[in-house]
Amino acid sequence: MQTSTPRIQFDAVTKTYPGVRALDAVSFDVSPGCVHAIVGENGAGKSTLMKILAGATRADAGTIRIDGRPVAISNARDAQTRGIAIVYQEFNLAPHLSVSENVFLGRWPRRKWFGLVRFAELHERTTRLFRDVGLDVPVRARVETLSVAQQQMVEIAKALSHSARVLILDEPSAVLTPGELATLFRVVREMTARGVTVLYISHRLDEIFELADSVTVLRDGRHVSTRPIREVDRRTLIREAVGRPLEEEFPARESRPGEVRLSVRDLSAPGRFAGVSFDLRAGEVVALTGMVGSGRSSVAMALFGAIGSVSGTLRAGAMRGPFRSPAEAKRAGIAFLPEDRKREGLLLARPTRENVTLAHMSDVSAAGFFIRRRERSVANALMSRLGIRGSALEEPAGALSGGNQQKAMLARWLQRPCDVIILDEPTRGVDVGAKFEIYAIINDLATRGAAVLMISSELPEVIGMADRIGVMCRGRLVGILDNAGRAVTQEAILRLAVGEAHP
Amino acid sequence: MSAAFSRDVLRWLVALRMPVILAALVVASTILTGGRFAQLDNLVNVARQISFEGLIAFGMTLVIVTGGIDLSVGSLVALCGVVGALVMRSMGESPPALAIATGLACGIAVGGAIGLSSGAIIARFAIPPFIVTLAAMLMARGFAFIACHGEPVYELPSRLMWLGRGFVGESVLGRMLPVPVLVLIVAYACFAVVLTRTVFGRQVIAVGSNEEAARLAGIAVRRTKLIVYVITGSLAGLTGVMHSAKLMAGDPKVGDMWELNVIAAVVVGGTSLFGGRGTMTGTLIGALLIGVLNNSLNLLQVEHFWQKVVLGGVILAASLIDAGLRRLDAR
Repeated sequence: MQTSTPRIQFDAVTKTYPGVRALDAVSFDVSPGCVHAIVGENGAGKSTLMKILAGATRADAGTIRIDGRPVAISNARDAQTRGIAIVYQEFNLAPHLSVSENVFLGRWPRRKWFGLVRFAELHERTTRLFRDVGLDVPVRARVETLSVAQQQMVEIAKALSHSARVLILDEPSAVLTPGELATLFRVVREMTARGVTVLYISHRLDEIFELADSVTVLRDGRHVSTRPIREVDRRTLIREAVGRPLEEEFPARESRPGEVRLSVRDLSAPGRFAGVSFDLRAGEVVALTGMVGSGRSSVAMALFGAIGSVSGTLRAGAMRGPFRSPAEAKRAGIAFLPEDRKREGLLLARPTRENVTLAHMSDVSAAGFFIRRRERSVANALMSRLGIRGSALEEPAGALSGGNQQKAMLARWLQRPCDVIILDEPTRGVDVGAKFEIYAIINDLATRGAAVLMISSELPEVIGMADRIGVMCRGRLVGILDNAGRAVTQEAILRLAVGEAHP
Repeated sequence: MSAAFSRDVLRWLVALRMPVILAALVVASTILTGGRFAQLDNLVNVARQISFEGLIAFGMTLVIVTGGIDLSVGSLVALCGVVGALVMRSMGESPPALAIATGLACGIAVGGAIGLSSGAIIARFAIPPFIVTLAAMLMARGFAFIACHGEPVYELPSRLMWLGRGFVGESVLGRMLPVPVLVLIVAYACFAVVLTRTVFGRQVIAVGSNEEAARLAGIAVRRTKLIVYVITGSLAGLTGVMHSAKLMAGDPKVGDMWELNVIAAVVVGGTSLFGGRGTMTGTLIGALLIGVLNNSLNLLQVEHFWQKVVLGGVILAASLIDAGLRRLDAR
């Protein structure tokens, strides 16, 4: 695979932000036509390096060579003309326009008169492009009607339409289900076969071992290692990324299920899911998994009273549901961490302290007035219990790292002992080190007697953490697998999730 | 750490930008008017002039912090002023204090009720507040004229005048503290405490910062929205009756364009129209800024038309400075 000249050479690339050295003389090579993974904790410098390569920001020092020639990339257009394309975690699509219109945005074929768009040609070109890389997305559909996975494919197609030779994928799998991930992998392999170099950023080591040819580890803005994937193993990678050895990826926990804390019978929400029944016991962790759109998140929202017109019965302690509002579910002792902490969880511009005390403000107030000293001490105690430094308390929540944001969300619900805690994708966008800490917190919660329902599309996490695994497929709970021995296989879950098997 | 230090300085600048701008304007007005601006009776006059719209601006700040807007306040001033006047006139036989108290209560109740209906529609049906309160603005103005058959309501209890034009403790303090100004100061203190120190205030900020997050934290989003419109409507009602007291008449034509003046004071005071960010102190300063400017332009005998041009320019400039400083701070 190694050819004479590397496709990209980073040579002592350095970038300093006020107070932070984001990149400190980072040097490594990327071979052409391969998948090169980049791993590291949040703040390690991965994103900064990719932004420099894509022209979104400029390096303070150092050189980048492409095919051996030094290049100056000072803006996104420069990057584009050098064949570098990037797909960010947050998509840049116009939701009301069609797929074709998005792919060729700003470059639509026009008629001579009045600049009218040649739609037939536009759709044709898009169809051809999609066929070339084996994409199956309707080109005339409006982007807002597509699934997240399809939108990502549109972004990739958009990048490729510039005849990219380097494609940067920033956490592409964070929004995908296992099935969709397979499609992404197929497309990525298709592209490398055509000589495109793919830089793949991910927190998920399984993917990296499955897809990547080589891997670079960054830590605290420094280059740690670059090696062919064959020469490394998981433990080494984690150790290098975190900078200290991790005993296990998933902390162990002794499971001692107690009384039933949440009893769900025949729960249905029209158009989302139907006939869901299960019990959740004190001290156990139950995972709920399945494809995106299988209804997992809807079930979580329904349990928490966050969506309307839910039928069936629900018992949480002495209270009966379905609950009509999150406020009511909260009174029944249910806590909920939403999937998208930035959109559904945090007040990003407000101090972390306010975010932490938001769900139980009555505990830190009297007659509707805050007792400021009590609010600070309560928030402080929660933060130190979860290992966030106290100085973060008055910083806006938006300034925290993904891991600390997630911990702040957890802290919000730990203020009172909760009977049932529902976690929707608790480690999404969280780096390896913080992941371990969050797993430890989840285990701690269960050990203290909470019933934990964890929704996750990351199968290793599901298998490593859960005592039982519920699998959903097209709005139905198709099976609950006993995972007391952590012995359930990914294949068993996947078969259920795509509707192929019954347990 | 010099970077951290300059950052602190910048934070201070951002935090103190409004007082600094106000102080500069006061100094400039004093110099340009040859000291006439700074005379006590003129300052008292400025305070009294801003007190009516300023009072409503505190409620409007709550509404805007939730991410809403209330265009009906100007019309409510007229409607509630007329209703209060009608009640007081019809109670001509009763003791004046009772008549005035009843008139005030009715004015506030009508304002609160219309705020309640707007708020209920906004919260329940998720219709943009702009549209709902625009409709309320038109209807309230119409009802104001209908209620009094288009004629101002006179023959009000003579003691009512104290509420609009009187001074607090005139025998001791002299003409230092107009009654509306005292109301303004008390309201400022209450609303500042509500926004920064109470659970309700935090809920208002949470709803405006991220409505979905607030809902999923178990905050009663609809109730919070409803309450801010009730508060603002009630304040407009109170202001309406006080304004009738000032004119000694319930006039259906008053309050024209007040909604925009009120919104201007709130926005000049640094409250974000996108919600989630705002302070009562900022609103008070915003109201003062506009009041000082109007007053000094009057003293300088600037033509009325030019006053509008200058006022528009100042609102624009204040917003630009605000945006610029915040962008610097965000870096």
